[in-house]
Amino acid sequence: MAIIKIFGIVAGSFFIFGLIGIMSGWFDRKLTARIQWRVGPPWWQNFADFIKLTGKETVIPEGANQFLFLAAPVAGIVATVVTGAILISGSFFYPLKWDLIIIIYLLMIPSISIVIAGASSGNVLASVGAGRELKLFLSYELPFILALLVPVVKFGTTEVAEIVKLQHIYRINLGYLSGFIAFFVGIIAFMGKIGYVPFDVSEAETELAAGTIVEYSGLSLALFKLMKWILLSVGISFFVIYFMGGFSNPVVGILKYILVLILIVLIKNTNPRLRIDQILKFSWGWLTMFGLFAIVLAALGC
Amino acid sequence: MVLSLRKKALKKSLFVFHLSTGSCNNCDIEILDCLTPRFDIERFGITLAGSVKHADVLLVTGIGTLKNIERVKKLYQQMPKPGFVVAIGSCACTGGMFRDGYTMAGPLDKIIPVDVYIPGCPPKPEAMIAGIVKLLNSIK
Ligand code: SF4
Repeated sequence: MAIIKIFGIVAGSFFIFGLIGIMSGWFDRKLTARIQWRVGPPWWQNFADFIKLTGKETVIPEGANQFLFLAAPVAGIVATVVTGAILISGSFFYPLKWDLIIIIYLLMIPSISIVIAGASSGNVLASVGAGRELKLFLSYELPFILALLVPVVKFGTTEVAEIVKLQHIYRINLGYLSGFIAFFVGIIAFMGKIGYVPFDVSEAETELAAGTIVEYSGLSLALFKLMKWILLSVGISFFVIYFMGGFSNPVVGILKYILVLILIVLIKNTNPRLRIDQILKFSWGWLTMFGLFAIVLAALGC
Repeated sequence: MVLSLRKKALKKSLFVFHLSTGSCNNCDIEILDCLTPRFDIERFGITLAGSVKHADVLLVTGIGTLKNIERVKKLYQQMPKPGFVVAIGSCACTGGMFRDGYTMAGPLDKIIPVDVYIPGCPPKPEAMIAGIVKLLNSIK
């Protein structure tokens, strides 16, 4: 019985976060277009892209490692969907004692799958992209974990559901100075995770063609796009749950979600792409410093 | 039903890859004009792809020089099917003012099959959009 339930949660997470992610991806494109004084695509654009890509030929390059080449996007999707399932089951069904740690680990897998995708496709541009993604991964992971550590220090638990409950009893995390700083540090680090513009070195269209995913076509490309969309929606939902008190009131919850999404899109559209050494300096310098500062503040109780 | 859905989706979401085979670069600038706020072809779902493996349409400008023949053929083979080729500018259609040049190996339809010709030196963005609409109507 429990297995059927768990299976249902995972499948539900796939559909819910898939749909929300595709719509968020469209919202991102539309808002970007409006910022650039354009009209932008209609709301079904990402669905059309996805369906079209599933119908196209999938070309596997000659020098590629076939298994890894095809397995990489699937691994990424599985990791993001399971993260979503943990979020859902933590809030409604089975709260896990250590789910924060599991979520941190699972959210690393999409980046690793991108690295594997780039390294296994046997293309020079893709391997340069994979190298850059690896450095990017090293640089943003430290501040990301520091940011997530702040509520743990404040509330003394690593259970996401427990943290949500405590936020309702006291104040949402964003209301504290430490939580406020940690939220922004986390959001910026998360933008590195999804590879949005200030941190899109690994996929830089103008210099690396499409970087790590240059050789992907047809269904495998569609899966990669789906992974990015699911990661976007899961990540934002996680931030809403973890820093802003969650979705206990659905309308307010959706508003919070859209607010975070708008924030991410605005950061994306107002910043130029950074070089990889600048990213490393910025993340290990400013972001890490602010993260540590937030932890100290949290330990002091503000 | 699934097939017709995919056809419909293909019509609504073309990823174009832009290839210059010895053009004077003016046609390329006009292609980029289509993406600017004035014309904004993203509202029809057309986006510029960075890699030919993502593309549905190969936009080719220029006469196709001797050095370029191999590359054009390779890129055409690498494009996942169904894919289309659009010849942009008088150069790609006929050779234009470079037709007697010593590097001339085109026009394009001597090298790869072409679906739509858009003449003009350079063609206006409106003409390109009209050409793409003709391409869309030809997808059955
Ligand atoms: S058609 Fe005219 S504008 Fe276009 S590449 Fe040829 S010469 Fe240049």
